[in-house]
Amino acid sequence: MLDHLRQDAAMSDAISITALRKQYPDKSAPAGVKSAVDGIDLTVASGEIFALLGPNGAGKTTTVEILEGYREPTSGEVRVLGFNPADLGNSASEFRNRIGIVLQSTNDAADLSVQESVRHFSKYYTNPKDPEEVIDAVGLREKAKSKVRSLSGGQRRRLDVALGIIGTPELLFLDEPTTGFDPEARRAFWGLIRTLRDAGTTILLTTHYLDEAEALADRVGVIANGKILEISTPANLGGRNSAKAIVTWNEDGARREVHTDDPTKEVLRLSSRFDGNIPELTVTRPTLEDIYLRMIGGGV
Amino acid sequence: MREIIRIGLLRGALETKQFMRQRESVVFTLAFPVILLFIFGSVFKDNLAPGVTFSQYFVAGMIASGLVNTGFQQLAIMIPMERDFGTIKRLRGTPMSPVSYFIGKSIVVTVTMLAQTVILLAVGAIFFKLNMPSSSSKWLTFLWLIVLGSICSTVLGIAFSSVPKSGRGASAVVSPIVIILQFFSGVFFVFSSLPHWMQQFAAIFPLKWLTQGMRSVFLPDTFAVKEVAKSWEGGRTLAILSAWIIAGTLISLRTFKWSEK
Repeated sequence: MLDHLRQDAAMSDAISITALRKQYPDKSAPAGVKSAVDGIDLTVASGEIFALLGPNGAGKTTTVEILEGYREPTSGEVRVLGFNPADLGNSASEFRNRIGIVLQSTNDAADLSVQESVRHFSKYYTNPKDPEEVIDAVGLREKAKSKVRSLSGGQRRRLDVALGIIGTPELLFLDEPTTGFDPEARRAFWGLIRTLRDAGTTILLTTHYLDEAEALADRVGVIANGKILEISTPANLGGRNSAKAIVTWNEDGARREVHTDDPTKEVLRLSSRFDGNIPELTVTRPTLEDIYLRMIGGGV
Repeated sequence: MREIIRIGLLRGALETKQFMRQRESVVFTLAFPVILLFIFGSVFKDNLAPGVTFSQYFVAGMIASGLVNTGFQQLAIMIPMERDFGTIKRLRGTPMSPVSYFIGKSIVVTVTMLAQTVILLAVGAIFFKLNMPSSSSKWLTFLWLIVLGSICSTVLGIAFSSVPKSGRGASAVVSPIVIILQFFSGVFFVFSSLPHWMQQFAAIFPLKWLTQGMRSVFLPDTFAVKEVAKSWEGGRTLAILSAWIIAGTLISLRTFKWSEK
């Protein structure tokens, strides 16, 4: 019975990682090796959007590239859609038919048009989306006939996304997908990701942008120095939901500040003291960014 | 298997299209051997033997070099660049088989090689009274030399593509090797007049054998006695090219890198 339940849980996890380590030889390190990933446990449920947050060099890309099958782990257990990406054997093409990858930076196929690239890639997959629909979805309709070399940075990135989703992936990896986007393009991109999620796609996202994680992710994991510091929902990360609110105001020409669990009571107390109008009152709670910076500040 | 070939053919068509759109490299690849033919054909007007002009000798060498240029040189420079650009890494993340990638590469090599050879033969025939192969057995030799030569050149180009550290530096690493081999293998000079050590050194590599093989196609059989070995050495050429194809394939399979790291 228990085994049966466990199997069900395993079936519904798109990704499961246990005690994952990746070490590289490094003569300057004391042990002669450097751990890019240092014992990570993580599961991503089917249909979930999971965001991996962390500073540069934290181990995000290494982790994602192990999941994608580009790198082999030093130790640990990895399952992606039930496959071991480091040992795919004859199922390599089946595995890659079911995943989509948007890499960090690419600069290829400059002499092809957007349409030629998307159409060509669609032919690699057994169940591709309609190339024209994908071009529309990423907002490159006006650039469909343009050479890739003429695209702006943000447009190039949207082409990368188009090539990542053309194969109708069950699981999509997005490595810093919106770097170089203007705010409007970022909003449009978020809309696209939500559409994919609504269609049942599982998404693993790495990002530097906390607003992006907050807008998209069901859960976020913070990673620093190859270790997971915390996994939670964006609203609860770092005890954010129960964090003290900060009430500030001006009094006797100075800025005063109180940290409190009950800001309403504090404001009422101040209000009666000032007889109604509290000078330059603010009430704030820590943003995801505040929490994140505090976490990685402690982690680095 | 059918799927691998189908996608390989698609990649071949796409790569050929991409190559054709890079106008500078098309002009360079196709016109450079012709320019060299004009230079050498105009400078050296003497006959090497009755009925054998230097141009005739030179065209044989240039066709052999063309195999090395379009296969080995082109791939050993292009693949590190594609690695830098992320092309190869992106492809690795799709269901496309690596074999399809190599099929695509050999198609673009074959297309450019055929175009180069046809242009060289046409220009040679029109401007330098080049004689075409005189018998069906010579055409047959020409055919197997081109097939084996381009396979050999392609696999060695893929094998060597792991050597340059970056796409930027690839040309600086690869081009001198090709140029030196051309001098040592009797493309620009008559091979039998080269120093002995140079001949010995060149005999290790495929270009010398391809060049000699092409001479057996384009020069009269009476010329064979002027070769270092006093013969065309067809059998040995076949053996050495095959050995290099096997070695190149094994090295490619073991060392091919999908990304820069």
